[in-house]
Amino acid sequence: MDMETDQTYQIDVGNLLAFNPNHRFSSAPSSREELVKECVTEGTKLVQAIADTLFNLPSTETNDGPLVQLPPPSTKLPREKHLPRPKPPTKWEEFALKKGIQKRKKDKIVYDETTDKFKRRHGYDRVNDDNDIPIIEAKASDEPGEDPFAKRLDDKKKRVGKQEKNRLENLKSAAKAGALPSHVQLAVTGLPISGTKAQPKKIGKEALGDVAGLAATSTASGGKFDKKLPGEKPPKKQGKHHKYLPVVPRYGWVDEEKEQTNKVLGKLLSKHSHEILNVGKAINMYNDKKEKKKSGRSDKLKAKKDITKKKPYANKAN
Amino acid sequence: MMEIRTPKTHKAKRVLEKRAPKLVENGKKTLILHGTKTSATLSSVLMELYRLKKGGAIKYSRRNENIRPFESGGETSLEFFSQKTDCSIFAYGSHTKKRPDNLVLGRMYDHHVYDLIEVGIDNFKSLLSFSYDKKIAPHEGSKPFICFTGEGFENVPELKQLKEVLTDLFRGEVVDNLNLTGLDRAYICSAISPTKVFLTHCAIKLKKSGTIVPRIELVEVGPSMDLVIRRNRLPNEGLRKEAMKSSKDKPKKKVKNVDQDDVLGKRGRIFIPEQEVGKTPLPDKSKGVKRERREGKLKKKNKEEGSASKKHKESE
Repeated sequence: MDMETDQTYQIDVGNLLAFNPNHRFSSAPSSREELVKECVTEGTKLVQAIADTLFNLPSTETNDGPLVQLPPPSTKLPREKHLPRPKPPTKWEEFALKKGIQKRKKDKIVYDETTDKFKRRHGYDRVNDDNDIPIIEAKASDEPGEDPFAKRLDDKKKRVGKQEKNRLENLKSAAKAGALPSHVQLAVTGLPISGTKAQPKKIGKEALGDVAGLAATSTASGGKFDKKLPGEKPPKKQGKHHKYLPVVPRYGWVDEEKEQTNKVLGKLLSKHSHEILNVGKAINMYNDKKEKKKSGRSDKLKAKKDITKKKPYANKAN
Repeated sequence: MMEIRTPKTHKAKRVLEKRAPKLVENGKKTLILHGTKTSATLSSVLMELYRLKKGGAIKYSRRNENIRPFESGGETSLEFFSQKTDCSIFAYGSHTKKRPDNLVLGRMYDHHVYDLIEVGIDNFKSLLSFSYDKKIAPHEGSKPFICFTGEGFENVPELKQLKEVLTDLFRGEVVDNLNLTGLDRAYICSAISPTKVFLTHCAIKLKKSGTIVPRIELVEVGPSMDLVIRRNRLPNEGLRKEAMKSSKDKPKKKVKNVDQDDVLGKRGRIFIPEQEVGKTPLPDKSKGVKRERREGKLKKKNKEEGSASKKHKESE
């Protein structure tokens, strides 16, 4: 409510704003405290004036307290953004307007004549699903070598592509008029140079992993202690993989498995077997194992062995 | 080659819709930042302004060297920040020898600078220096009263602009319904001279008076400072006209669950929630609550009273 008379204030209840245009502050500076006091008393009067109107508004009682309906603010302040601009009509809308086509609301459930049931229009087990057609009858206009099912899929792809193109055109014209919908952005993608192919695809995850693995093996410890980024997979097993010999030897070929076992046996039972097998060490290992099994205690609780003392070797293999 | 990009998550979509231009706009957010050098007073001013406007303000803590609001090229950073944070008001503080304790308050229209006003800060008293009863301390985000006193606000064009900018700054959201118990703060601006405005922030104490309207008492709680007008820039006429444009019609609110029919008339639909028979509260069958018991007790009480009063009468 604005009252432009000499003695009253300009009050805007919608903004909880009050303005007293008539007060004159003395040009002679009184002490700071007095000035502050004067300002606060004047302010109190203004707030009281707003409260007078505010508390006399019709209020509804709620759990938190009395709720009043504020009138819209009367002081005009500039907007922060422009007013939403009207969208230009799309190509279909123009056509529909010209032809007088009305929008009709489609039902979610449609009667399917082939199965005599009511099916949904979109989604699982829908009416007129392209994948469900068992037989397409040949027409006189069909070419002999053409696959009608593939033709249907092709037609659909073309239709969808055309629709996407139309949608893009509609959005472009809306963007030109400044009325692009808020959640859509039109982005310019890179053009391939005329005469050349489109840009190659970015390097894939696996290729990157392989290259990283290659680089890791060039380090002194073969990449075993390299710091891994979060999400990086551990390196694939490097080196030779186990070669499994065939169980049944091929006709005319040497039985490799037999050869392998014979080799090992021969070495063990040969004259110089003591040179190959470190009997003392073998006995120690066997005894250790036996003791561990018996006691069932872990090695950690046992008294630590003195590692400076060297074990006596029976024979050093030449 | 153009490509249509839509947000892949609902959250992103909601954020974009919130920031889109609308008929009825959201409350303006404030961006608080500072330049290469700030003094102690200025940094506390910015900090307290941020605290007062918590919930509707964003404070940047790094210094910005390339922001010069009054120069033609120096506003690009500001406009970029405004775009990124969706803030339409900014408060830029800087301290130089020529302009000590300088605060530039500016507004944006469509993320371009709309108008600017530069004030110097004198006699600043921080909100920590005021002592008051903590019970009346204003709550965060409450809608404030804004009061202007002094003929300067009407006669001097710079003060007029400052009045508008301060209203925009302190206003917060425009609301339809207001809870009267939540009114606890007021900003008092007094034009003590044609170039100086005294600004203070007070808490409101509602005291009982005879009528519905309580008696108002103001207690200074918040920061208080003197604003000395320095430079300003008014918006150019065309931009101002465009920004002040408002659409008169409100979008019609769709009334749900009501349909009109020529045959049946106006019909409404009521949805009743599923009655969970297993979870219905059974009647309280404890003895003391039974109706017969209660009524019997009441009768007894009345009888006793009656007899007591009779006795009393007899005794008299």
